[in-house]
Amino acid sequence: MDVVSQLQRQFIDYSASLHREGFVDDQFTQLQKLQDENSPDFVVEVASLFFEDCEKLINNMARALEQQQGVDFKQVDASVHQLKGSSSSIGAMRVKNVCINFRSFCEAQNREGCLRCLQQVTHEYSLLKSKLQTLFRLEQQLLAAGGSIK
Amino acid sequence: MAVEEKMGGSNGEDGGKDRFPVGMRVLAVDDDPICLKVLENLLRKCQYHVTTTNQAITALKMLRENRNKYDLVISDVNMPDMDGFKLLELVGLEMDLPVIMLSAHSDTKLVMKGITHGACDYLLKPVRIEELKNIWQHVVRRKKTDSKDQIKAPNQDKVRAGNGEFGQTSTGSSDQKVNKKRKDQSEDEEEEGEDNGHENDDPSSQKKPRVVWSVELHRKFVAAVNQLGLDKAVPKKILDLMNVEGLTRENVASHLQKYRLYLKRLSSVATQQANMVAALGSKDPSYLRMSSLDGFGDFRTLTGPGRLSSASLSSYQPGGMFGRLNSAALSLRGISSGVIQPGHSQTLNNSINGLGKIQPAVLPANQNQNGTLFQGIPTSIELNQLSQNKSTNHFGEFNRVNDPNVFGVATNFSDARVPGGGSSNSLSTASGNPLLLQANTQQTHTSGSFGNQSSLGVASLNQESFDMGVRGSSNFLDHGRCSENWRGAVQLSSFPSSSLSTSEAFNHEQLPPNNLQENLSWTSSHVSNSPIDLSSSMANSARLEDSRGDMQCQVGLNNNVIQNIGYTAKQQWGDRRHDYNGNLNNSFSRVDSLVSASGAVMDQSNAATSKRTDVSLFSQLSGDAPYVVQHPEGEKSALDAKLRSNEDYLFEQTKPQSGFSQNNFESLEDIMSSMIKQGQNNDTALMDGEFGFDAYPLGSCI
Repeated sequence: MDVVSQLQRQFIDYSASLHREGFVDDQFTQLQKLQDENSPDFVVEVASLFFEDCEKLINNMARALEQQQGVDFKQVDASVHQLKGSSSSIGAMRVKNVCINFRSFCEAQNREGCLRCLQQVTHEYSLLKSKLQTLFRLEQQLLAAGGSIK
Repeated sequence: MAVEEKMGGSNGEDGGKDRFPVGMRVLAVDDDPICLKVLENLLRKCQYHVTTTNQAITALKMLRENRNKYDLVISDVNMPDMDGFKLLELVGLEMDLPVIMLSAHSDTKLVMKGITHGACDYLLKPVRIEELKNIWQHVVRRKKTDSKDQIKAPNQDKVRAGNGEFGQTSTGSSDQKVNKKRKDQSEDEEEEGEDNGHENDDPSSQKKPRVVWSVELHRKFVAAVNQLGLDKAVPKKILDLMNVEGLTRENVASHLQKYRLYLKRLSSVATQQANMVAALGSKDPSYLRMSSLDGFGDFRTLTGPGRLSSASLSSYQPGGMFGRLNSAALSLRGISSGVIQPGHSQTLNNSINGLGKIQPAVLPANQNQNGTLFQGIPTSIELNQLSQNKSTNHFGEFNRVNDPNVFGVATNFSDARVPGGGSSNSLSTASGNPLLLQANTQQTHTSGSFGNQSSLGVASLNQESFDMGVRGSSNFLDHGRCSENWRGAVQLSSFPSSSLSTSEAFNHEQLPPNNLQENLSWTSSHVSNSPIDLSSSMANSARLEDSRGDMQCQVGLNNNVIQNIGYTAKQQWGDRRHDYNGNLNNSFSRVDSLVSASGAVMDQSNAATSKRTDVSLFSQLSGDAPYVVQHPEGEKSALDAKLRSNEDYLFEQTKPQSGFSQNNFESLEDIMSSMIKQGQNNDTALMDGEFGFDAYPLGSCI
């Protein structure tokens, strides 16, 4: 029991810190609530999907921005748009916020600005990924010990 | 959450499902896997039955396979394989299922686009479960509306919020509003639903089921009206002709009223367009002045890109309008063959929704279709947009239609010019609008002779668009402005044979008959002038440097065709323009005047119109041969006057190098016939028939 409570405490604290630091927002909480016996690994699945998608989009954007002959801002914008959609769906607030800025640079066709944003996005994404992975690990430990995250 | 759902379900009025909305079958479409997964889970949490796909094409396939397997569709706006709005339109048209749009952007324009394309609702990502809990109301609402359609409701005139729609837009918007209001009031929703369901039971708060004027229904309606003649079309007779069970005289009456207004708008748009054309046609500013046609002045100014259309279009926006705009757009396209922006053409289809956008795209697509009324129109709409630029492209689209039938005009024009050539397809864009479609369908009917008359209708549909088109025409002259388009459009009209489909387009009430008429008459005149020219012009819409071909939108004005004609004329003008800048100017003015005259004329007689107006116009146009502008009685005179002034002006100026020469046509009929022949092998009948929009008195438009 002690272990469980401890793990639970750890989990809750960590989760709260993520919220506090803005890594995740309410949407993420909603997702956590959606998880139930019918879809026990819902959050983890969604998160994994997000990571994959994010990497793909970041690569797309990087490629598009590297074009020396002429950056196709439409394409970059499309990728940013999608990233914005998915990050907001999962509740990745910081990533989403960078996307918002990113978008305005795209519209202004500002390559430098875009590159900067891309860097930011990449950075935020890596941070988030490691944080979430830690969270999931804690969760698993907790569940393994017999506790629950609810 | 679950409890609420269940409650809602048990109170649902739906016949089949007791536990509705539990078990409601939703099809979710989104290319983003994360959003899709989250959405799926949220929906499952609401106890809906969910099917997902990340491709719009797959979704369509699934829906087509079995429309009854789904109650509701949720679709993302940005998808790689197909535009979400396009999917929305198609689903609405083909399957008549409620569609909810989903997007990460809350851009007002996008939301508006969703509404005009017929979406029931527009949600923002990230989607919250609270919002999803209430989406079942759209299904209920629609069911009630549909079932009510069949029911003999005493007073169908009452518009139920969100139900029925004269064009989906109203539904969409009302739905949206309702949705918001009802967000946390599922009980209220249910109550209303119940009331609606039992309208007869509760006379005091009776909300007659709103008749949904589906494409089919509207088509029948327009056919009936045409048969009777707009002037003589009385609800009772229309009702009898339509022979639709469950439809009451009141329904028809109110629909007729709207339709008339629509046509008026079209005609006024046409007028404007004519002005535009005139303005554009004649490089000389004086020309524009001559065109005392209203709107000319505006056009002049409008010539500035986008002025015309956007303004007009925006106003147009109602879904129904869309159709019209589309046609208008188409017309515009034709006119401004050059004017229309190529890019837009494509958009027409989409833009139809956004009337403002009247993307030329519409035109291109429609061209080939006989039915595609709007083909021309959408283009015209685009024209508006294009007006800014030489949207020749648009017309090109329009021209592309090469289909003689289709918009003959459009095609003609498009071919040459329209890169997109899809003018005929413009209607397709219109597809968004059910109305448009109707117009299109209608056109097909009429188009018979004209080819895609409907297209024209499209043009005329939106007065705005028409304006745009007209505007485009003006541009036509040099800037590929709308005027050109207008010209093209006019030209389109000239090609009566091509497809006065515009008339179809006009079916929509909003068609600005005037415009078309003008165009039509113009066209006729053009045709007359140099039947060859016209025809060729039309045919050559391509010639028109701008894809005026759109004008061809022949505007199925048949009903409203007049407008189309104007377009055709415009188009011709447009084409001519290239050839004869000077002429064009003249032509335009003429066209404009003609168009207006035609418009008026058109209204009057659809058949006669062409002849009449054309004649007068032609004579004027050719300058050489005095055309007998025979505007349909009444209007004619007015028009004539206008035209003459314009025409005279035009004549002097335009000496159509190639074709215009002449005023050979003694009568519009001749001209028209020649045009028609040239354009397509349709016989003049089209002109007559098409123009016969007698149903709608253009006079009023003018």
